[in-house]
Amino acid sequence: MKKLINKPENFVRESLEGMAYAHPDLLKIHLDPNFVYRADAPVQGKVAVISGGGSGHEPMHGGFVGKGMLDAACPGEVFTSPTPDQMFEAAKAVHGGAGVLFIVKNYTGDVMNFEMAAELAHAEGIPVQNILIDDDVAVKDSLYTAGRRGTGTTVLAEKICGAAAEAGYDLKQVADLCRRVNLNGRCMGMALTSCTVPAKGTPTFDLGDDEMEIGIGIHGEPGRERMKIKSADEITEMLALAIIEDPAYTRTVREWDMEKGEWVEVELTDEPFKEGDRVIAMVNSMGGTPVSELYVVYRKLHEICEKKGLTIVRNLVGAYITSLEMQGVSITLLRADDEMLRFWDAPVHTPALRWGM
Amino acid sequence: MIVTKDQIVRWLRRVADVLEENKEYLTKLDAAIGDADHGINMDRGFKRVLGQLPKVEDKDIGSILKTTGMALISSVGGAGGPLYGTLFMRAGMAVDGKQELTPEDLVTLLRAAVDGVIQRGKAEVGDKTMVDALVPALQAFQKAVEAGESVDIALERAVAAAEEGMKATIPMLAKKGRASYLGERSIGHQDPGATSSYLILKALLDTVREAP
Repeated sequence: MKKLINKPENFVRESLEGMAYAHPDLLKIHLDPNFVYRADAPVQGKVAVISGGGSGHEPMHGGFVGKGMLDAACPGEVFTSPTPDQMFEAAKAVHGGAGVLFIVKNYTGDVMNFEMAAELAHAEGIPVQNILIDDDVAVKDSLYTAGRRGTGTTVLAEKICGAAAEAGYDLKQVADLCRRVNLNGRCMGMALTSCTVPAKGTPTFDLGDDEMEIGIGIHGEPGRERMKIKSADEITEMLALAIIEDPAYTRTVREWDMEKGEWVEVELTDEPFKEGDRVIAMVNSMGGTPVSELYVVYRKLHEICEKKGLTIVRNLVGAYITSLEMQGVSITLLRADDEMLRFWDAPVHTPALRWGM
Repeated sequence: MIVTKDQIVRWLRRVADVLEENKEYLTKLDAAIGDADHGINMDRGFKRVLGQLPKVEDKDIGSILKTTGMALISSVGGAGGPLYGTLFMRAGMAVDGKQELTPEDLVTLLRAAVDGVIQRGKAEVGDKTMVDALVPALQAFQKAVEAGESVDIALERAVAAAEEGMKATIPMLAKKGRASYLGERSIGHQDPGATSSYLILKALLDTVREAP
């Protein structure tokens, strides 16, 4: 293992400390329990948007803390969900009187830890809602698995919901918007190489020199298929078509009933893409793939979308939701309506995303 | 035969030792079908428990177990944190205020703990999770106690049932957690959560058996 680390057990903390030194105007960090929060928190009267997850996906989530996006981010150990005390302390630190939205990627650990955090926040009198992101079309089956994983749409949801909260939406409105973003977003990734978790020291999975994994998860979970490597155009086509031609997907998720203070099961279905849709497209590096290669992918994606009658109205090309040093790419398409586009275009100032201010 | 507070504390210390010894083993099992952190996470969690124990050793068994649960919830992360945290929290709540446990108390404790895990994780027997070790263990323990067996005999049967349940996860297709994404590829691997559950129960048996 060759990495720029001192001791594996200090990796997450030292990375957070570096962030705090780099961005004192935007954010602060709290250690033990660990969370990153807006320098000007709590913002009175504004819904606080909080996310979190295992470390190793930077800039997500800490790099999205700042004006117009997240109020706080809770980083766990590398690829391990953070714990409820982190989320609860973060919620208390940024709650400005209008409640807290937890944006949760659909992984068993994340879901359970954020559910416990919501219960703690509710008991403390903080209005709270949990919205799941489960957009990974590589997972076809929700009945015999833990469901679709949360991937690229998370980044877009955090931007859009952060802007909506900034604009004065109340908790229910921000939560409804977040749910709608999730139902309109789809993502799929692929890996050319594995990645190495510092505490483990060896690659998470084995992939031959001439092999790739299509549909990889952001922690190296297996995807749809392992196969011989193909050209960038062929890979882009496999990912893009899997997303664009993905049929309606129905799942049952748990949401918090704020009135009754209990979990309720909600059935949600998203609709497939269709000709005429306007989309926000993200071509994302898994960490080790250079920007030049991402543009080769974006070139082909642009052509495919045109052919399929989808108009890319906004885009992001870069490393936004990564898997340590893994080489590979993920494509996310979000069908965007006027409301989403308005909040997409709204000013944002975070370490990793900045425009309009 | 009763289980004393002192034995509960020694059990928790033994669990910390056992999980440290099995850190690599559990992580290796997890690498095959999960994300290769179960051993590391459980070891970190019980190290935190060890740090908390001196503060609560003079309190009742319920408080000791609840403190254990809170320590795990705040340090393990992943799915193991909420699941084992809930297990120990519910176990503690079931025996609040007690300084020693009768066999019937242990049945109540185990049932509350296992119910808590099932509620939190929504898993059933056969899903290839810790529930596959815990549910048979609870049933075997309860049956033995109802038949008038002593705690150590009942625990012996519970541990045997947990071991069988753990091994039964090998041919199973995972339906929960990260392993579920492997589909057919999850078959042939022993579930790490069922394994840590077995190790924790085995540590209780070994503690009860050793001279006071």
